[in-house]
Amino acid sequence: MHSVVLVKQVPDPAGERELDRRDATVARDAADAVVGPLDLHALEAALTLRERAGGTVTALTVGPPRAAGALRHALATGADRAVHVVDPALHGACAPQTSAVLAAALRRVGFDLVLCGAASSDGRLGVMAALLGERLGVPHLSGLRALAVSGTTVTGERQTEDGWWELAAELPAVVSTHALPDPPRRRTVAGIRAAQHRPVTTLTLTDLGIDPATVGLAAATSRVVTADAGPARTPGRTGDPAELVRFLADRALV
Amino acid sequence: MPSSEVAGPAEVLVLAELTASGEPTRATLEALTAARVLGAPVAVVLGAPGAAAGAAAELARFGAGRVLAGESAELDAALVGPRVDVLARLVADRAPVAVVVPASAEGREVAARLAVRTGSGFLTDVVGLAADGTATQLAFGGTTVVRAQVTTGTPVHAWRPSSLTPVPAPVATVVEQVPVELSATAREARVVRRVAGPVAGRPALTEASVVVAVGRGVTTAAELAAVEELADALGAAIGATRAAVDAGVCPPSCLVGQSGARVSPRLYVAVGISGAAQHWSGVRAAQTVVAVNSDPDAPVFALADFGVVGDVATVVPALTAQITAARG
Ligand SMILES: Cc1cc2nc3c(=O)[nH]c(=O)nc-3n(C[C@H](O)[C@H](O)[C@H](O)COP(=O)(O)OP(=O)(O)OC[C@H]3O[C@@H](n4cnc5c(N)ncnc54)[C@H](O)[C@@H]3O)c2cc1C
Repeated sequence: MHSVVLVKQVPDPAGERELDRRDATVARDAADAVVGPLDLHALEAALTLRERAGGTVTALTVGPPRAAGALRHALATGADRAVHVVDPALHGACAPQTSAVLAAALRRVGFDLVLCGAASSDGRLGVMAALLGERLGVPHLSGLRALAVSGTTVTGERQTEDGWWELAAELPAVVSTHALPDPPRRRTVAGIRAAQHRPVTTLTLTDLGIDPATVGLAAATSRVVTADAGPARTPGRTGDPAELVRFLADRALV
Repeated sequence: MPSSEVAGPAEVLVLAELTASGEPTRATLEALTAARVLGAPVAVVLGAPGAAAGAAAELARFGAGRVLAGESAELDAALVGPRVDVLARLVADRAPVAVVVPASAEGREVAARLAVRTGSGFLTDVVGLAADGTATQLAFGGTTVVRAQVTTGTPVHAWRPSSLTPVPAPVATVVEQVPVELSATAREARVVRRVAGPVAGRPALTEASVVVAVGRGVTTAAELAAVEELADALGAAIGATRAAVDAGVCPPSCLVGQSGARVSPRLYVAVGISGAAQHWSGVRAAQTVVAVNSDPDAPVFALADFGVVGDVATVVPALTAQITAARG
């Protein structure tokens, strides 16, 4: 089985995030970069599936040259190979465009199962699995808190607002995961060393047969008109329960 | 259904989501309220046979002059795909000026796939719409306010729940059946069964106007029972941090934060929660935040509008008693 895990380099979610003042894209240089935390759960799921059923795990990212760090992280954690789609034309690509690029790359590398985090911690769209399912014409099972593959069937438990749904689909398929029961494994020194010999393939938009003019800020399907800091919170005060209830009553909250 | 039959002002399709009892959700009524600036709202009810009849009166009360009913047991047998098939056909047939979808987990995905299917742009976490089609969005958990426009196709807006108070605008309505013709691909992501969480009876987390959330500071069954009483006194949903979920105090469906639900209530009550960034990214859109924590230096006090320094075991029952007393 060939699993492809989408890894994305994101600003450290523990840090502050902001939009780039120049063109209202996410300021990806403004914070320390890490691999999306949920992507690590998706990677863990792929590595576990490989341990149980054999196969290959490929890490795939679309992003600027520095996003290669996310791929090295995935390789050091146990991925067999990595694919990096990098092209200056990608700057400011919106989610539908990114999904088109990812879909082209996935068709190119082939896949039985595509795995990604249920939401990236920077753009927070939470819809990449759905977009890829649409582009690739395969089923997507999203928001999973548990995941299994048996033969050619993938099953999972989708966390919902008021419970969970049991889902199933035939491979090939796309899945997205929330935090899964097993914590993601850490990189080891041996893993980091072994990763240096694993291949990283770099692809441009032209390699994927995509016209660069159709991708990026200028060709985005939506545009940001203004971006401002949200309303600032006034510093809080403290008091006893009676004062709290009065505070709530003044705001018609009780 | 030739589109030439559609006369009158421009239509906005609003996907109606229904509660378990068959009423439109609050987010649906918000979406109808917001959609009115763009054109005449047309509600789309996709569900089991009979679903539209039960919801039509309330949809009409909030301005839906037409209710399009796609009714088939097949709609709920697969994830997202069936709804996209029906909506895409309605977009092609009726050429609406926009589509507004409540941004539940499934709604966001419906919006995204619909946009790709119809060659359109989409915007998520929309909290306001203007007549020229500009949408206001909250980015980064409410720390940044973005105004954006879709520049391609029929704009699809995923409406963030609890972003406005629904305003009635009663109209006469007609219920019109529309065909449910599903592609083979739409059926492939099978929903085998649906299991209701143990929180039934309380409002859904992302819909609730009040959320009471518990963290690692809530450890005993008695403390949890006290928190539940407080939640019931406030008509609140119960949320939890990862630490509380990991400790087995709350089920994973209660998780709020980066890997769980993002909530946007009028009031968020954080009980025994430190205020970690991964939790807070799901809380930022709350209008008012209050916190109970025994540690006066807990970071949550810098994030809350009002804090009570004290032990869960004493403060929470006192709060419930004071609230009940304040109501007389
Ligand atoms: C990749 C990743 C994703 C994550 N995603 C999420 C997420 O989605 N949601 C989430 O919540 N967390 C998430 N976390 C975990 C997050 O970082 C924190 O660990 C978690 O939110 C802490 O939960 P807590 O506030 O309940 O616990 P703690 O940080 O342990 O805080 C407990 C608080 O309770 C107080 N307390 C203790 N006893 C009492 C008492 N008797 N009375 C009153 N107060 C008391 C303490 O003073 C303390 O402030 C994630 C972490 C990672 C690494």
